Amino acid sequence: MSDCRIQLTINGQQTSVEAPPMKRLLDVLREDLDLTGTKEGCGEGECGSCSVRMNGELVNSCMVPILQAHGAHIETVESLAIDAELHPLQKAFLECGGAQCGICTPGMLMAATHLIAHNPNPSLEQIREGLAGNLCRCTGFIKIFDSVITAAAMEGSRTHAR
Amino acid sequence: MNQFNYLHPASTDQAVSSASSDGSKFIAGGTTLVDLMKLYVENPSTLVDVNDLPLAQVESLPNGGLRVGAMVRNSDLAFHPTVKEKYAVLSEALLSGASPQLRNMATTGGNLLQRTRCPYFRDVTAGPCNKRNPGTGCSAIDGFNRTMAILGTSDHCIATHPSDMDVAMTALEALIFIEGPKGKRSVPINDFYKLPGDTPHIENVLEPGELITHVEIPPAISTKQHYLKLRDRASYEFALASAAVVARVEGGHIHSVRIAMGGVGTRPWRAHEAEAVLTGKPATPAHFQAAAEAALRGAKPHTENAFKVELAKRCVIRALKVATA
Ligand SMILES: Cc1cc2nc3c(=O)[nH]c(=O)nc-3n(C[C@H](O)[C@H](O)[C@H](O)COP(=O)(O)OP(=O)(O)OC[C@H]3O[C@@H](n4cnc5c(N)ncnc54)[C@H](O)[C@@H]3O)c2cc1C
Ligand code: SF4
Ligand code: FES
Ligand code: FES
Repeated sequence: MSDCRIQLTINGQQTSVEAPPMKRLLDVLREDLDLTGTKEGCGEGECGSCSVRMNGELVNSCMVPILQAHGAHIETVESLAIDAELHPLQKAFLECGGAQCGICTPGMLMAATHLIAHNPNPSLEQIREGLAGNLCRCTGFIKIFDSVITAAAMEGSRTHAR
Repeated sequence: MNQFNYLHPASTDQAVSSASSDGSKFIAGGTTLVDLMKLYVENPSTLVDVNDLPLAQVESLPNGGLRVGAMVRNSDLAFHPTVKEKYAVLSEALLSGASPQLRNMATTGGNLLQRTRCPYFRDVTAGPCNKRNPGTGCSAIDGFNRTMAILGTSDHCIATHPSDMDVAMTALEALIFIEGPKGKRSVPINDFYKLPGDTPHIENVLEPGELITHVEIPPAISTKQHYLKLRDRASYEFALASAAVVARVEGGHIHSVRIAMGGVGTRPWRAHEAEAVLTGKPATPAHFQAAAEAALRGAKPHTENAFKVELAKRCVIRALKVATA
């Protein structure tokens, strides 16, 4: 099947791309739209580093063929900072040492954003559950959980948005 | 990736007629199919996208049961109020599977048809696999088989059925509704999956072009339920052994019970023998032990997975204990 034209809204901006229908949303973001914040870890749905929000749901962008994203609203890690002002979650990850090599970080940030959007004051158990689809090989997770707890306590962790 | 046609029907009739050609496949959440297409294990010539079909509803039935559309996402089903209240075993099983991201995409129909995680099946360069390439042999029998099945295996395939949801559905005796070129039919989940025998590439009773439209779960009134999953790490891993229990306990006695096991069978494994041992008996550890022994009596371990026999027994015992407490 030849390329198809896909319209989608990315971080609030309407855009359209021409791509092979089975090209992964992950690759369209990185290669066609220059949004390289979203990372590939495993490419098989195992690690969550490619997590984005699609129509308000957290999904693995490595498992979404672009043809299934037609008409969708996508939010990537690039939506978090407003100009130079980092999102409270990003600040907390910096402060608490929640990021080391950084490969898992964009996915962690999206999963944490998704969690806090639904549950502004998550318990440790709820944070573990909310980040259960995101693996980190560096931090040992504790500092990531600390980051989310710290961010949840910060002003604007929920309302910070473009 | 190979070339393929892509169709996007709006009705089930259209979907069925679109999928009648050889080499066509339905695509729902894509979490099994896209993965296997990228690995060249699945090479469909036509993809029929079922995401626009009106099959995403969960509805209560007049008999007290529940009708679940094939396109209902695993996360929506797990958090549905009726499922949480009346079918806890199903909610627990769903939430023990995969990750939040994957459950948001995975569907009820797709979960019923997910393929095995056998590493030889998933790697086209890994050598023979009767499921991937019928008649070539099975690399797992004398190879890496720690995660493979111990029940329902054959000399041709020992691959584990990986699902959690289907184990709970088996204990709940769900009915699978199918629409195909020859009309509609329904199949009890216990008759849906086939044993590998000498045709491990045929995994269920679906015929080409047949679409799962929905599942009906009978009422499970006054039952106690539990799903227990044991695995290599605490989250986000397939079961080494799991057990779903749906029991009616009256005055400390087990009036009736249904038990299904995951992670140990070549299909979701209904443990009729264990149920027979327990029916009418007091809910005591000795009877749970006897039931677990009965459930695993036919187990055939391989070089690396003998530990699963004991693990599965303990899993059944603990699930019974929690469910009947
Ligand atoms: C990393 C990872 C970890 C996982 N961990 C677990 C786990 O711990 N426990 C667990 O249970 N599962 C697990 N899964 C599997 C996951 O639950 C399944 O991939 C998912 O349920 C499949 O649903 P889907 O809608 O994405 O199916 P798809 O990939 O869209 O389809 C799967 C198959 O079903 C067919 N199909 C889909 N819908 C229909 C229909 N309505 N009628 C007829 N045929 C249809 C397709 O043609 C295809 O052959 C995991 C998956 C991944 C990638
Ligand atoms: S166990 Fe089954 S799926 Fe795995 S290699 Fe053998 S035949 Fe293939
Ligand atoms: S890259 Fe998508 S889950 Fe790992
Ligand atoms: S910071 Fe390196 S994988 Fe998480």
